[in-house]
Amino acid sequence: MANLLNEEVQGQIKEFLSRMKNPITMVLFTKEDPCETCKETRQLLSEVAPLNDRITVIEKDINKDKTDAEKYGITLTPSFVVLDEQGDYLGVKFNGIPAGHEINSFLNALIHMSGVELGLDEATIEKIRQIDKKVDIKVFVTLSCPHCPGAVETAHKLAMLNKNIEGSMIEAQTFHELSNKYQVSGVPKIVINDKHELIGNQPLDAFLREIANIK
Amino acid sequence: MFDFQIDKETNHDQFSHVHTWDLLVIGGGPAGLNAALYAKRKGLNVGVIADSLGGQLQNTTAVDNYLGFTLIEGEALTHTFLDHVNTLDVPIIKGEKVTKLNTLDGDFTLTLATGKKLIARTVLLATGGAPKKLGIPGEVDYANKGVTYCATCDAPFFKDKHVIVAGGGNSAAEGVLDLVPWAKKITVVHRSQWRADQVLLDKLKAIDKLTVHLETDLVSVIGDKTMKGVEVLDKTTGQKSTIEADGLLIEIGTVPNSSLVSEMVETNAFGEILVDSNQMTSLQGLYAAGDITSQPHKQIIIAAAEGAKAALAANHYLNQKI
Repeated sequence: MANLLNEEVQGQIKEFLSRMKNPITMVLFTKEDPCETCKETRQLLSEVAPLNDRITVIEKDINKDKTDAEKYGITLTPSFVVLDEQGDYLGVKFNGIPAGHEINSFLNALIHMSGVELGLDEATIEKIRQIDKKVDIKVFVTLSCPHCPGAVETAHKLAMLNKNIEGSMIEAQTFHELSNKYQVSGVPKIVINDKHELIGNQPLDAFLREIANIK
Repeated sequence: MFDFQIDKETNHDQFSHVHTWDLLVIGGGPAGLNAALYAKRKGLNVGVIADSLGGQLQNTTAVDNYLGFTLIEGEALTHTFLDHVNTLDVPIIKGEKVTKLNTLDGDFTLTLATGKKLIARTVLLATGGAPKKLGIPGEVDYANKGVTYCATCDAPFFKDKHVIVAGGGNSAAEGVLDLVPWAKKITVVHRSQWRADQVLLDKLKAIDKLTVHLETDLVSVIGDKTMKGVEVLDKTTGQKSTIEADGLLIEIGTVPNSSLVSEMVETNAFGEILVDSNQMTSLQGLYAAGDITSQPHKQIIIAAAEGAKAALAANHYLNQKI
């Protein structure tokens, strides 16, 4: 198969990832065909990994490696999680291929998981760390949406700072049934704990306000 | 196949060192970026704080009216602008909002969403506009349940569906073109006559699945869990009717993002900022450029030109102040 990333894009990604600090691991879950975008997601991860020696990619099969799938709460394919240096899962997940504009949330997840600062002030970080309830943030995106990576990045930053929080990107076209279930016909659509909804790329404060409303 | 649109990097290290800026630009669209370019060339100590780089260009698939570019994607044009500005090493903070702007002994203090405070001798507001709403019943209820303001974001949801496009300007015509690869049927509903450029209208003529209702008001958006259609009023016959549809793309212009200064400067009835021939607002040292001003033609090249004018005027103002 031809490369997904041309030389120019490879160069841009390599430069972006050059600031990575610590090793990270991506665990990709696929399944045998039919699996929409499994092949392409596998290819994307395998093309990005050689661009920085701190990146490791492991591939699992959702049906054959059930224990691992359960460990990371994987229910869809393709889906991958980004683990920190210790191999711990902090709740950073991508469901579907992060191509198009979403390449930006993907690259940011890699550098931030490797220890690059999140760019948040201390008071906000402290506020996030004190959240003591389970929070599941789903961010539905399309690959042509320029406002979506920002929402995904916010969800992932929250997840990285608090083990109670999980942030998942969901590519709405690949997972159209799930999108229908959550009545997604505009993106980004942010669904918190399956009940609370935010529309558009909301600032981090809006996420925190909505999380505060969770009983 | 998949494309990969990687955001351009910006350098914002200087924001930790500079005490007082000559000019701080709020906004990263064509007006803000061109102002940064012109100000830096004049030797001003200039920085940019941009909520999003590119501004409304982010939502624009194709640009074919910027001199020098026959046809360029909105995103590619943003990157071209940014590459140019980056050659002069202008510090840019991206993804942050300015939440407060105050005057202080003839200078300005800006407070960012993170709480960080910055001081500037002059400020340029170039925060552009946000999509204007129709203000009809059902519009809010069906937002993201059929009603959308971003064709590039949401067009994939309208695969094989019928979409209404509200508006008659260039944005509406471009919205139709964005929907063509996805929608089964497209219907334009506009309250008056077309205002879009003839070149765009010529392109629309070739679209078989397009129907156009001019001199027609949108009355309400109807549906149950999701949008099912719109009620319209034909102004020439006075007849009300319902058009069944799955989506409504609203492209009727913008409202200015001027709330930051609405109490500080003079605006018109639409909240657009009034400026003099040098882009200065009613407050000395505070400039405005681009879609946020009362200038009626919301065009990329006009916004960029206003940014240049503002930067040159700010430079002159600062020189006279010394």
